[in-house]
Amino acid sequence: MKRFWKALRPVLVCFLIMTVLCGLVYPGVVTAIAQAAFPAQANGSIVTVTLKDGTKKEYGSALIAQEFTKPQYLIGRPLGATNLNPAGADEKKKVQERIAWWHGFDPANTADIPLDLVTASGSGVDPNVSPAAAEYQVARIARVRGLGEDSVRAVIAEYTAGKFLGFWGERAVNVLKVNLALDGLI
Amino acid sequence: MSDILISDIFFILLLVGLSIPLGIYIYKVMTGQRVFLTHVFSPCEKLIYKMMGVRGESEMTPKRYAGAVLALSGLGLVVVFLLQLLQNLLPLNPEHMKSVRWDLALNTAVSFVTNTNWQAYSGETTLSYLTQGLGLTVQNFLSAGVGIAVLFALLRGFVQRKQITIGNFWRDLVRVTLYVLIPLSLVLAVLLVSQGVVQTLSPYVQTTALESGAAQTIPLGPAASQIAIKQLGTNGGGFFGANSAFPFENPNAFSNLLQLLSILLIPAALCVSFGKAVRDSRQGRSIYAAMLILFILCLAGVTASELSGGPVYGGVTTAGSMEGKEVIHGVGTSALWGTATTAASNGSVNAMLDSFTPLAGMVLLFLMQIGEVVFGGVGSGVYGMLAFVILTVFIAGLMVGRTPEYLGKKIEPFDMKMVCIVVLTPALFILFGTLAAVLMPQAGTWLTNTGAHGFSEILYAFSSFGANNGSAFAGFNANTVFTNVTGSIIMLVTRFVPMVAVIYLSGNLSGKKIVAAGEGTLSTSNALFVGLLIAIVLIVGALTFLPALALGPIADYFTAVR
Repeated sequence: MKRFWKALRPVLVCFLIMTVLCGLVYPGVVTAIAQAAFPAQANGSIVTVTLKDGTKKEYGSALIAQEFTKPQYLIGRPLGATNLNPAGADEKKKVQERIAWWHGFDPANTADIPLDLVTASGSGVDPNVSPAAAEYQVARIARVRGLGEDSVRAVIAEYTAGKFLGFWGERAVNVLKVNLALDGLI
Repeated sequence: MSDILISDIFFILLLVGLSIPLGIYIYKVMTGQRVFLTHVFSPCEKLIYKMMGVRGESEMTPKRYAGAVLALSGLGLVVVFLLQLLQNLLPLNPEHMKSVRWDLALNTAVSFVTNTNWQAYSGETTLSYLTQGLGLTVQNFLSAGVGIAVLFALLRGFVQRKQITIGNFWRDLVRVTLYVLIPLSLVLAVLLVSQGVVQTLSPYVQTTALESGAAQTIPLGPAASQIAIKQLGTNGGGFFGANSAFPFENPNAFSNLLQLLSILLIPAALCVSFGKAVRDSRQGRSIYAAMLILFILCLAGVTASELSGGPVYGGVTTAGSMEGKEVIHGVGTSALWGTATTAASNGSVNAMLDSFTPLAGMVLLFLMQIGEVVFGGVGSGVYGMLAFVILTVFIAGLMVGRTPEYLGKKIEPFDMKMVCIVVLTPALFILFGTLAAVLMPQAGTWLTNTGAHGFSEILYAFSSFGANNGSAFAGFNANTVFTNVTGSIIMLVTRFVPMVAVIYLSGNLSGKKIVAAGEGTLSTSNALFVGLLIAIVLIVGALTFLPALALGPIADYFTAVR
């Protein structure tokens, strides 16, 4: 029994110490630094808008997509992830349905539809569309809102993230921020 | 297109540049030399040994070393299992998560203890903050530490002469955790939070959607601290279900670069540490070169397939294959991520692999099936590649009719038996696991895709178990009793059987004398040897898996695309 305990002691104590260090101290320190230095990011990049009457309202997170279906808004990618084989028949059917939806939604628009608007993302809540996908919708948004196309383009440009270092990743337009700006909320 | 090429070159240069100083640093830490953090952590380290009742300088035989590895891992398994069963009664559960079903709890516990991080659940709907933090984060550290510790035990076998011990497991584990894993994770976690990764203990937030006015729930949690070690320790288990495709785990291009670098950083650095530890940097360089060449070949294949292998639709712009990918990562860094994570045994994703084009999916499968030796898991990647190196030396020795030797150690029957266990165990369990699954009558109901791609989903799952990778073709419904239990068995066997074989290999090598290199000794540090090593890795992989790949991704390519 004594020999057993002698062999077991380092296992138990090591596990306990590592649990305290890696499971409590380390996340605790990260949380403390995060909450002190980057509270907005650490708490979900929530978009808080101060309304005209002075009350504050939370319109979701800048990083999580919301559904937009009305013509005055910039419309994002299809919600939900599919995990479909990109070369399979199910995927082809879904994409054809989305193409038909876009053509029905804005018959005046005969340009090619950017690929990201008719394919689902991996997270299912991609907050961005490509600059081409935003440009594809500029004429419609301007027409419905009675704005000049260039003023819509200016809003889109303001909420477009560039590539990191000019080449890494892809340029992306934040859909929620563009729509909040179009509504005059931010 | 050219930006993708620039990105890939930039990434590889950055990786190699950072891995060299880190590799030297890890070598110094593991051999007890002074580093800049010594004055901070040395008192802490001594205190830990004192509390454990061990003397840091005492040495272990292979039997005791393996015993310590298995005991610590076994205890971790029991604790993570119980935390999940009891989480509804424990604190830090603001979303009132229920007790996890036994088979899923077992699978998750095994998965994190074996550095696999296969996930048959979504974190945000299944686990409490306590389970994630105290259970999973701790195993992210410990499973990574165990892998690196065993690698250094093996390296001692090469340099020691006529000894029966191979170092002290507790000293190896404590050192790598204190001096390497915790400091790197701390820096990475804070950087990730600054980009938008969440880190809080508050409950989920209810907000209002702009257009519909409907309620929207925003999931939160202490994610950044877990994500940092998930990447650095080649773990890969996401805090959220969609892993690093989910914006709260990987919000932008810069966070994507940080995570990509940390996926390969330590496995690459350990090649450098290996060269230092055997006092011949050229040896480290040659396995680094072999890994890098294989990596670049695979990356080129995956990227080309993703750029040109997707279907083309009338009235839609062509831009590669975007199904399952985030706009901000695009085809370029999604392909790079897929290659990096299946090369290293890191199960994270930033795009859905099930929606990769068939031939890209095949490359990812193959990277796992060759045994995770292209950088591979922390520690396990280099010791797996060293098994292939010894195999190559052995085959070359047979060709010229000479007793094979590596780093001055004669390679004898016992060594070859251990090498065969390391090389063949994963392959055996991947193929028989897949076989068992496809024979199940209900297998068809687990799949999202049908036909050859459906078979790929099953083959991918069992390759992921057997290679301790953890990524998935996520259309496969893995949360069934059959898959949870067989997966657990496969992960346990393919992690610990090769690991124990490596420990005994080290013990056997340690006991031998070192013979001076003669004229007939095969050089293991020139380009010819690198080529031979790459050929052996590819041939063993292809001979074992080509038939299975022909039924999956290759058939998928010919039926769906053409």
